[in-house]
Amino acid sequence: MDWTRILTNVVGEIFAPATAAYALAAIGLNVHFGMTGLINMGQAGFMLMGAYGYAIATMNGWPVWMAVIAALTAAAVFAVILGIPTLSLRGDYLAIVTIAAAEIARLTVRSSSLTAVTGGNSGISGNDFKGSFQNACPLPDGSWSLGPFQYSNCLSNSWWLRIVAWSLVVIAIVLVWRWMRSPWGRVLKGIREDEDAVRSLGKNVYGYKMQALVLGGLFGALGGMIYVLPSAVQADALGRTLTFNVWTILLLGGAATVFGPLLGSILMWTVLMFIKSTLRDLPFDIVSSTQAEAFSWVLVGVTLMLLVIFRPQGILGDRKEVAIDAR
Amino acid sequence: MQLTAPSSPTNPRPPTERRRRPGSSGPRRVWHASLATTLLALIGLLLASPAASAATNDPCTPDPQTACLIGTMRTAAGDPAVGVQLEVTGPDVSTTVTTGDDGRWTLAVTQAGDYTVTLDVATLPAGETLRDPSTTSRVVSVELGRQGGALFPLGTPQTGGTATATPSPGESTGGDTGADPTTSAPTGGGSNRVAQQFANGLVFGLLLALASVGLSLVYGTTGLSSFSHGEQVTLGAIMAYVFTQLVGLPLWLSAAIAIAIGGASGWLQDAGIWSPLRKRRVGTTQQMIVTIGLSMALQYLFQFLFGGGRLRIVTTSSSPVYIGPVVLSVQTLLSALIAIFVLGAVAYFLLFTRTGRATRAVSDNPALAAASGIGVERVIRTVWVGATALAALGGVLTGLYFQATTWNMGGTILLLMFAAVTLGGLGTAFGALAGSLVIGIVSEMASLVMPSDMRYAGALLILILVLLVRPQGILGRADRVG
Repeated sequence: MDWTRILTNVVGEIFAPATAAYALAAIGLNVHFGMTGLINMGQAGFMLMGAYGYAIATMNGWPVWMAVIAALTAAAVFAVILGIPTLSLRGDYLAIVTIAAAEIARLTVRSSSLTAVTGGNSGISGNDFKGSFQNACPLPDGSWSLGPFQYSNCLSNSWWLRIVAWSLVVIAIVLVWRWMRSPWGRVLKGIREDEDAVRSLGKNVYGYKMQALVLGGLFGALGGMIYVLPSAVQADALGRTLTFNVWTILLLGGAATVFGPLLGSILMWTVLMFIKSTLRDLPFDIVSSTQAEAFSWVLVGVTLMLLVIFRPQGILGDRKEVAIDAR
Repeated sequence: MQLTAPSSPTNPRPPTERRRRPGSSGPRRVWHASLATTLLALIGLLLASPAASAATNDPCTPDPQTACLIGTMRTAAGDPAVGVQLEVTGPDVSTTVTTGDDGRWTLAVTQAGDYTVTLDVATLPAGETLRDPSTTSRVVSVELGRQGGALFPLGTPQTGGTATATPSPGESTGGDTGADPTTSAPTGGGSNRVAQQFANGLVFGLLLALASVGLSLVYGTTGLSSFSHGEQVTLGAIMAYVFTQLVGLPLWLSAAIAIAIGGASGWLQDAGIWSPLRKRRVGTTQQMIVTIGLSMALQYLFQFLFGGGRLRIVTTSSSPVYIGPVVLSVQTLLSALIAIFVLGAVAYFLLFTRTGRATRAVSDNPALAAASGIGVERVIRTVWVGATALAALGGVLTGLYFQATTWNMGGTILLLMFAAVTLGGLGTAFGALAGSLVIGIVSEMASLVMPSDMRYAGALLILILVLLVRPQGILGRADRVG
């Protein structure tokens, strides 16, 4: 059992781009669920919009900033289309519709009839869309190592991507922190606690919910972009499991808190990496690596169940703030 | 209990489940290799297929020192193409790999770069041709810690190359592996495609109804939208696979056992999870998220125990029956008849038996039902057992209909079940039946006008449109929606 390697893997996970991507998606879900009480089970759909929007725009020769805007627009349009029929419905209807919409998006982009645009089932290869982001890198070529962590400066799973990803997380956290204390955030909180009370104050509940859905979706899209930049765009990696992971992260860290999504993401990925690395290193082949992977998702599922039953407020949250049954 | 049964020693783990550890020390690797060879030889003997075909096929995990080249060969009919040889040349290798019993091949390489994968056309199964005969080799570029795939689609030759080479995300993107168990639904050989798709849709709708009726009854009596109902369907199909293929029982007996296990799992679930949660007054939305966690845990438990491949409940194909312009297999026809009979029995139960009437009373108003002397908890327990047993039957029949089951079959049709239940009106059993038929027919007939891999997207679109126009569904009451 190579403990140094396991430990290196685990610590490397703390600042991996995927951890930042999940944190961004969870911050978006926090705007939906933590701040407004919307049960969005389709966060992967927003991430998919971001990932595919960015990749397709880049492949058509758009510069990075325009591709990002295209991706964010795709997510915002998805949010509006999704919000129109569902925001006036009860919580569990919203859950079913959002999960169905995310699934429609996934089935559509992986369809072989769209292979020319989206790459169909096999997705978009990393080399087809990473170029412009890597060229925007201000660091010198080559790679750099910080202790045992050696990554390329600019290519794929790079320091450059890490810098961008974590800067986005910091910006998102500051924004959410401001929003939570703003009058706007208080209206959202009011909607979460008692929609009718807010309506009686003359607020347009539907409009506020729509704003929250779009804003959270934009963070999801940013997360989706960061999620695919180290590797490639693949529709099936942006499916339901992704949504459930983001939910587990949010509920683990604590919904309706500023740092909950960040803490949840770091905690979940380090623990999962520890379990996977340890299982892989076990002497004798007790479990294969696909089994280790499956086992870690079983754990995520069980964690989600236990969290919701016994500690819906997560690590940082306040039980009174987390009213899962409110709309 | 029911979940430990599959790990019986008779479970032959597919060869691809074994892993290769890159960079492990010499003696251990030899030991691994000899163990692997012994096991593979045993499995080869068991499956009466050439053991050599899988020898080069140990799976590969991308890590910082290793990249994986992977691919799956499927025949035009969608079955694994076994024993196809591919030659891989690149920076540090020049070797030949062979596809295993599941049609997969993998090769671990320790250097990033461009690899050329060349298909040996002579080793293709008899009668199979490349869809693009001009492309027998692909260049795959991989980076360490990633996978690169080279696919060679088989089928009728077409113009326009479709062989693809794609790096795909490595371990960081765990999650759905995208095994779509439903792509090989029997597409008809009938003379009239519209009639054929309609008949297929009707059958699929009936099978879907078996699962949805239970989902609807659970919602009606407890207010819970159970996302783990899809895994109840998978459980039935996988148990049928275990008892037919691994234990060797006849199909009807296996199906009966699978249904019994399904019902038992429902009883255990209600006794162990849902009833305590109701006693603690945990809200239904909170319970719904618990079912999502349960669904995820069960789904990956199935993958853990049975792997990600297709599991065939029966390996023989059944003879066709011609009804007017429509062709259905005897098996499909029998499945449909069983479904009709069982759904009729459920309707009789709900309409004319004492417990059935009590169930409808609890659905209407639990408090009033309790006040009039109905044991609400007992009714709910009955509903859970019935719903999960029906789901298990639905799973067995759906697994037969799709010719195979996978660990995520239930997850794939879960949303169709929700669409059916919502369309019919949440909580009304007969609405679920009507909704299922509509969804089944729409999803099969949609392939007439849209690409067939998007047909379920069409069915889900209906779900969203229904909520826009008539949120309470066809047979629901308006006051249910908040």
